[in-house]
Amino acid sequence: MTTPQLIPGVRIQGSEVFDLASSWRGYRINKMCNALSQAAHRDAFRQDEEAFMAAYHLTEEERQLVRDRDFSALLAAGGNIYFLLKLGVVTGNGLYQMGAKMRGETYEQFLATRNDRGAV
Amino acid sequence: MGRIVAGIGTSHVPSIGGAYDRGKTALPAWKPLFDAYIPVREWLKAQRPDVCIMVYNDHGADFFFDKYPTFAVGCADSYAIADEGFGVRPLPPIRGDLEFSQHLCRSLVYDEFDITICQEMAVEHGFLVPMHLCFDPQDGGWPVACVPLEVNVLQHPLPTARRCLHLGRAVRRAVDSYEKDIKVAIIGTGGMSHQLTGPHFGAMNRAEDLDFLDRIEKDPESLAGLTHQEMMEKYGVEGIELIMWLVMRGALNGPLNKVHHNYYAPMTTGMGLITLEEAA
Repeated sequence: MTTPQLIPGVRIQGSEVFDLASSWRGYRINKMCNALSQAAHRDAFRQDEEAFMAAYHLTEEERQLVRDRDFSALLAAGGNIYFLLKLGVVTGNGLYQMGAKMRGETYEQFLATRNDRGAV
Repeated sequence: MGRIVAGIGTSHVPSIGGAYDRGKTALPAWKPLFDAYIPVREWLKAQRPDVCIMVYNDHGADFFFDKYPTFAVGCADSYAIADEGFGVRPLPPIRGDLEFSQHLCRSLVYDEFDITICQEMAVEHGFLVPMHLCFDPQDGGWPVACVPLEVNVLQHPLPTARRCLHLGRAVRRAVDSYEKDIKVAIIGTGGMSHQLTGPHFGAMNRAEDLDFLDRIEKDPESLAGLTHQEMMEKYGVEGIELIMWLVMRGALNGPLNKVHHNYYAPMTTGMGLITLEEAA
């Protein structure tokens, strides 16, 4: 017998859970981010971001989220956090910077909430 | 037959890799983490495992959602170091044990685990951080051959916690039925509590992490009965990685001795460690 593991669409402390619906929705974004695992693609993104996004068929709405570096909205659009981190690398947005924004805090405010901020 | 000489549960937080690569292991903020592994490396040096089965998850370094295996097992004589998006880390290449991998894959499939068999696999922090925490590179290589066992913990539906425990038991049957007398270490990686998205980014849960460390040793059945939602409510959305420790635990037969344990939570992830061996 199947034991339900997860109520579809459930939020955990306000966060979405990345499931098949998110993965389908965010497929173009995640596929583009996945390409950034290769150095040549990172160079191509830095040289011509618009062409890079076009090559991965992002919708205009998705392209605007990338231009805005709006990682919370990219998550809502189906981006997976581990793939978005690769976009973070090429745009100078680290995980903790993204996280601070998700919490509605500045980077400094966020660091002040940690047990030992020396371990960044 | 093969013999399991060590069972280890450990976090695989990527920043540990960054601290290791940049020589920050003795800094006050990192010392409580890195020092805990010094006796673990000494212990493993004495145990001299021939093979390490590394149960880990890929974070988008080598697997993509076009085709996404639930369980994938490496079946090659070496594994590349993946570029995760910031270049390839300066670590020695990973040596495989092709013959044992082929036996493991055969045994698992005939034991009704329909794994994806990978003859090319690039490994990343989920695998590499536990590797350099537990083993010292020597002479440009590692003192142990490896078998990567990759688990989907990114794209729900994930394998259930109980399925992971059962996979560990099947791994044990494969080790037991191997014709060569080899010594095997198995490492379950990931977690502990962390949440990397949303308004509670950075949330950890020390009490639940310590409870998990206790239960993984003494009562893994109680963890295997948890649903993913129950686990995520305790350990955070990304803390679901802890199901991979159950693969390790399933490969061990009691009674067990706990050899080492540690818990340190400086930033956004509870970093846990437990090492177990079967009582003689």
